[in-house]
Amino acid sequence: MSTDTQHGESSLLIQLQHGLKREQFERALHDIRAGWNRRELWMTLGLHDVRQRYRRSKLGPFWITLSMAIMVLALGLLYGQIFGQDLHDYLPFLAAGFVIWGLIASLVNDGCQSFILAEGMIRQLNAPLSIYAYRGLWSILIAFAHNIWVFLGVALWFGVDLNWNLLWVPVALLVLLLNGLWMALFLGLVSARFRDVPLIVGSVVQVLFFITPVIWKPEMLPGRALWLDLNPFYHLVEIMRAPLLGQAPALANWLPVIAITVVGWAVALFFYSAYRWRVAYWV
Amino acid sequence: MASIKLENVSVSFPVYSASTRSLKNRLIQSATGGQIRADTVSQRISVVQALQDINISLENGDRLGLIGHNGAGKTTLLRVLGGIYEPNSGRVTVEGSTVPLFDIALGMNQESTGYENIVLRGLFLGLPRKKIHAMMDEIAEFTELGDFLDLPIRTYSAGMQMRLAFAVSTSVVPDILLLDEGIGAGDAAFLHKARERLERFTERVSIIVLSSHSEDLVRSMCSKSLLMEHGQIVFAGPTDEALDHYRAMRGW
Repeated sequence: MSTDTQHGESSLLIQLQHGLKREQFERALHDIRAGWNRRELWMTLGLHDVRQRYRRSKLGPFWITLSMAIMVLALGLLYGQIFGQDLHDYLPFLAAGFVIWGLIASLVNDGCQSFILAEGMIRQLNAPLSIYAYRGLWSILIAFAHNIWVFLGVALWFGVDLNWNLLWVPVALLVLLLNGLWMALFLGLVSARFRDVPLIVGSVVQVLFFITPVIWKPEMLPGRALWLDLNPFYHLVEIMRAPLLGQAPALANWLPVIAITVVGWAVALFFYSAYRWRVAYWV
Repeated sequence: MASIKLENVSVSFPVYSASTRSLKNRLIQSATGGQIRADTVSQRISVVQALQDINISLENGDRLGLIGHNGAGKTTLLRVLGGIYEPNSGRVTVEGSTVPLFDIALGMNQESTGYENIVLRGLFLGLPRKKIHAMMDEIAEFTELGDFLDLPIRTYSAGMQMRLAFAVSTSVVPDILLLDEGIGAGDAAFLHKARERLERFTERVSIIVLSSHSEDLVRSMCSKSLLMEHGQIVFAGPTDEALDHYRAMRGW
């Protein structure tokens, strides 16, 4: 029953041939749609995930808010001094950046875990695989809803000009979540097969935090460096941070983000069509 | 109308060790050439042929038992029927709502209350929240857990948790039910009541596929059975004959 294979190294290719059929593509799309329709289930699961983490603590999920507030205040005061920045300007910038970075970083990092963590359920439940991706997004969104108050508090305190540009915030949030979904499907799939992908991704995200203008401002760079524009995370952060700080959205940020969304979805759909059927075997 | 049709279904899966799951080793592996590669590869990845050329056709009213040794492919077959595993080759056509009930407590959360878990478990079974709330009273009454339902289920005894899982899992009747080792019902006092409910429940299901090591269970539930070995069907027919073959195979 158990046989050694001579074609071991090409087994992924054999699976790819099985997966690259039109019907597999349609099934992948159906999986994503059917997953959306099971939102009562994944919303409950996502909520339970958040509550589980803070169960029986006095503050509950407001620990998310509190730890974000402490982080922003401590780093804001420190780096404000180091960079010689005016706090009225710097602290709202840092608060917005931190909250958005928290959102994006967890979209990437948790996206890697979407299928690995659901191992037990995947092997026992005949539900669309995408529900595990949605579930992760939902708990990230709940955490974000707790964090955004830190920014609002700082913004009100320092009298940030909150204007009509704020209407762009939900649009930006939606686009970020749309990107989070392809990441959860794609990275989740790759991570289920290659278990060091989440670790690699984790350290890359950590480095990106420092080379993306979150604690420092783009203007602080002597001459606008090219690699700032080449950093996709800069654009992802900026589409949401600009309207939060009352600035109009810039096309120079939105165009790259739209490109990331389209390319990301194309890549994710390709892999999700080809290998979705193997995930239950991999986890 | 429920029906199941499997044509020439085969399932194989590679067994990954930690080293094949590592990207580094994959990269190094593809960089080293020649014979060494072939050797290291065959050492690292072994493929388990879990199912081979399975043909099954089931219709309304069928009760099919799956018997065989551990690792004969019974659970894999159930997962293929449930749409969890997609086969490497062959066709699977399943019509009707399917519920794989391998673990009746799947998805229950220790920290959540009994009521919350009824909802959670119901959502897992594919029920809309509204419908679960409509059935809540009936389920709560059947469990006889009373005020305990307001407490987190980690405070429950194993038997009480079982009651809860059993009550919810048998409250919605699917077209096709897939069972691994039947459905447990908990403590003895509860057993009689549970058996009645279970009978009413299973009567209304169109197709049941049950995998079990218990001859009594298979005999009492299934008229037809498949005897499986090494991922293949070695006998298909009336349960009694299948069990005879099984005994002969084990050398009794």
